[in-house]
Amino acid sequence: MTDTSFRDSKGRPLVAVTGLGIVTSLGQGQADNWAALTAGRSGIHTIKRFSTEGLRTRIAGTVDFLDTDPLVAPALSQRFAEEAAEEAIAQSGLGTRGDFPGALFIAVPPVEMEWPQRRAMAEASGQDGPITYSDLQRAAASRRFDAWHDLFIFGTVADHIADRFGTRGSPISLSTACSSGATAIQLGVEAIRRGEVKAALCIGTDGSVNPESLIRFSLLSALSTQNDPPEGASKPFSKNRDGFVMGEGAGALVLEDAEAARARGATILGYVLGCGEKGDGFHRTRSSPDGAPGIAAIRAALDDAGASPDAIDTVNAHGTSTPENDKMEAMGCAAVFGARIGRLPISSNKSMIGHTLTAAGAIEAVVSLLTIAHGRIPPTINYAVPDPGIPLDVVATARDARVSRVLSNSFGFGGQNTCLVLGDEPA
Amino acid sequence: MSDVVVTGLGLVSCAGEGLRAHLDALTAGAPARTDTERFAPYTVHPVAPLALDGQIPKKSDQRQMEPWQRLGVYAAGLALDSAGLKGDAALKGAMHLVVACGGGERDTEVDGAILTGLREAADAGAYLNERLLNDLRPTLFLAQLSNLLAGNIAIVHGVTGASRTFMGEEAAGTDALRIAQGRIASGQVDCMLVGGSYSAERPDVMVIHEMGGYLRAKPFRPVFSRDGAGEAGFILGSGAAFLVLESAEHARARGATALARLMPVQSDRSRRDPGATARSVETLWRAAGIDAADHVISGATGVAGITAEEGAALARLAPGVPVTALGDVIGHTLEVTAPFGAALAAGLVAEGRAREVAITTVGHRRGEGVIRVCAV
Repeated sequence: MTDTSFRDSKGRPLVAVTGLGIVTSLGQGQADNWAALTAGRSGIHTIKRFSTEGLRTRIAGTVDFLDTDPLVAPALSQRFAEEAAEEAIAQSGLGTRGDFPGALFIAVPPVEMEWPQRRAMAEASGQDGPITYSDLQRAAASRRFDAWHDLFIFGTVADHIADRFGTRGSPISLSTACSSGATAIQLGVEAIRRGEVKAALCIGTDGSVNPESLIRFSLLSALSTQNDPPEGASKPFSKNRDGFVMGEGAGALVLEDAEAARARGATILGYVLGCGEKGDGFHRTRSSPDGAPGIAAIRAALDDAGASPDAIDTVNAHGTSTPENDKMEAMGCAAVFGARIGRLPISSNKSMIGHTLTAAGAIEAVVSLLTIAHGRIPPTINYAVPDPGIPLDVVATARDARVSRVLSNSFGFGGQNTCLVLGDEPA
Repeated sequence: MSDVVVTGLGLVSCAGEGLRAHLDALTAGAPARTDTERFAPYTVHPVAPLALDGQIPKKSDQRQMEPWQRLGVYAAGLALDSAGLKGDAALKGAMHLVVACGGGERDTEVDGAILTGLREAADAGAYLNERLLNDLRPTLFLAQLSNLLAGNIAIVHGVTGASRTFMGEEAAGTDALRIAQGRIASGQVDCMLVGGSYSAERPDVMVIHEMGGYLRAKPFRPVFSRDGAGEAGFILGSGAAFLVLESAEHARARGATALARLMPVQSDRSRRDPGATARSVETLWRAAGIDAADHVISGATGVAGITAEEGAALARLAPGVPVTALGDVIGHTLEVTAPFGAALAAGLVAEGRAREVAITTVGHRRGEGVIRVCAV
C-alpha cells in the first residue's frame, strides 16, 4: 500500500533530493561554495588559461584548481562532473561505491575538436603549403591520434561518468543551452514520476572557457567587456550591466523517489516540487518581446508544483547580467508575482560565479537547496546602480530569511526556458 | 498507460524525400546515391537535392542555418505535413520536441587558413584570437550549437511546446525515442515531434571518425559484408528523420490516422567485451517483447566485431526474417539511425508490408537499443 504522504498534490511520486555536489570558480564542495557565496566573494578573475591578447573580454570564472591533460572542454567538464557527483552520491549514501542504483542525466557542453589538437594534426600531416581538412584527415589516418576520437565525440563524458559511478541503463547527454542543468533535473524528476527508476543522478557541467567559445559569445556581443576589476563585471539587474561573464563548474543532485529514500532512512535535503518549460520561436538569441514564453515556463513550474505564486519565498534568478535577459526576466517575474515582486527577494549567483552555461541550472538548483537549508539568501554582488526599469527586491548583501520554496529560473538561446520549484517540504 | 502511435513521418536522405522514396529504396539493396570523389578517399551518401523553399519558405531562415539544420528543419516540416498539423498553430504551440543530434559544420576555409597562418605566427595565441575575431561569422555559432536545430524548428514551424536536445551519437537517437514514448505513454505529454538530422558532407566529421579507424575509406559494400580484412567501418550518409508521436486518444480525438504503434523502447550500454554486444541485443530484444517480427531494420555500422555479433544475434533471434541494414539504404547517420529506422518501420507497417518490425541500434562506440513498431 503506497503511503499517500509520499505522493504530490497530483498523485505522483514525490521527488526528494538526498545528495548535492558543487564545483565553481569559488571552490569545491558545498561548504567552501556556501561560505564564499554568502560572503559575497567573486570567483571572476583575469583568464590565465590562454592568451587573451587582442580580446575585448579577458575575464572569466574559470575553475583553475582542477586540471586535465589535455586541457580541453570535454575533459574538464568530465572532471568537474566527477567531483560534483562524488560529493552528491557520498552525501546521499545511496548504493555502494561505483554502484549507483539509478539513471544518469547529464547536461554537457556541445563537443568539438579544439585548436591545440587541430594544430598538432596539421603539423603531423607534414603539409608545408596551405593546410586543408584533407591534411587533417591524412594525419588522422596515421593512427597516432586515435585516442582523440573518444575525446571529441558527444557521448563520452556521460559514458565515463556512468562507468565510474555505475549508473544504470543508457545515460542521457543533453543540451538545452543555458537551461541544460535544469533540464537534466527535469528529466530525472519525470523518470521517477513515471516509476521507471527510484533514483537519478542529475548533473550539469561546463568547462568550456577556451578561446573560440569566448570569441563566439563575444562576436554576439553577449559578454561583459568591463575587465577591470574582474570581480565587478557581472552585475545582474544593475543599470550599467553590459553582458555576462563566462563561468565554469558543475552541479550534481541525487534525486530519489521520496518513499524509497525514507524507507532506507536517508536524510531528505529537500524536494523538486515542480518543473516547467516553454519554447520560444521568436528568434535564435532573443526572447519574445512580450515575455510570454518565460512567463509560461514560470507558471508551468508553479502549476507542476501545485504551488501558488504566494508560496514562493525567493527567486534564484537566471540573472545573467545581459541587458536583454535581466529586463525580460524582471518583466516575466512581475507578470507572475504581481505587486508582490517589489518585496520578493531575488538574487543571481552569476554575479559571483559568472554564467556557468550548461551547468548553470544544476549549480543554481544546488544553491537554491542550500538557501533553504541555511535560511540565508546569497547576495547579488555589484548591485551598486539599480536599474530603475527593474523594480525588484534584489538581495545586495546576504539576507537571513525563512525560505521554504525557491523558484529557480533558467533561460537559454534557441528559445529554451526551464524553471524549477524547490522546497523543504511537499506542497 | 496510453498506446503511443505514429501519425506523421518526415524523411530525407540520399534516397530522396518522403516515405514512398524510402520504401522503394528499402528493397533496392544499395544506397541510391554514392559519392566516392568529393571527399576521397572517403565515400559518402549525399542527400538528394531538396527544394528547401517548400519547408523553409524564408531565405533569411535558410541563410541562418548550416546544412545539418536545414535537413532537420525540412524533415520536421514533412513530418508535420504528413500528420496534418502544419496549419494547426495551437497544437504546434503546445507540441514538445526531442531532437537527437551532434553539432554543426565548421567553416573549413577559415580553419585551414588559420592553421596555415599559425605555422608562421610569432605569437600563436594572439594570432588565433585575431583571426577568430575577424574571420568567424558571428552567426556561425548558432548554426553549430546542438540545441539550435530544435530552435530553428521552433522558429520555422512554430513547434514551441518546449524542446530537449539529446547528444551522444547513436544512443541519443534511441533514447530520444525511449524518453518520448515514455512521456506520452505515461500521460506526461500528449503529442511530440521526435527526430534528428546529420550532414555527412563535411570534412570535419571525417577527421573525427577517421581517428579510431571507424570510417570506411573504400567504395560501398553492404554493411553485413564488411568482415574481410580492411573492409570494416561505416560510410556516412546525410539524412534526417522526424516522427510525430501521439497518445492514441489524442490522435483519435483530432481524427488523425495512426500509421503504427511505437512500443516501449529498450536501450542500454554494455562494456564492449567480446560477446557483450550480442548479449545486450538479445536481452533488449526480449525486454522489448519482440514477438513475431516479420522484418528487422538494423542500424549496424559495419564496424568490426560488433557488426558480426549483431548479425549472429539476429540470426538466432529472428531466423528467416528479412534483415535490412539501414546503412545499405541511407548510409550511417549516427544520431538519426534510430528515428530513421523507426520511421521506416512505421511506413512498412502502415503499408501493410509488416505487422511487427524490430529496429536494432548498436552504436559504433557504445549504446545498444531495440525498438518495436507494431501495426495499430
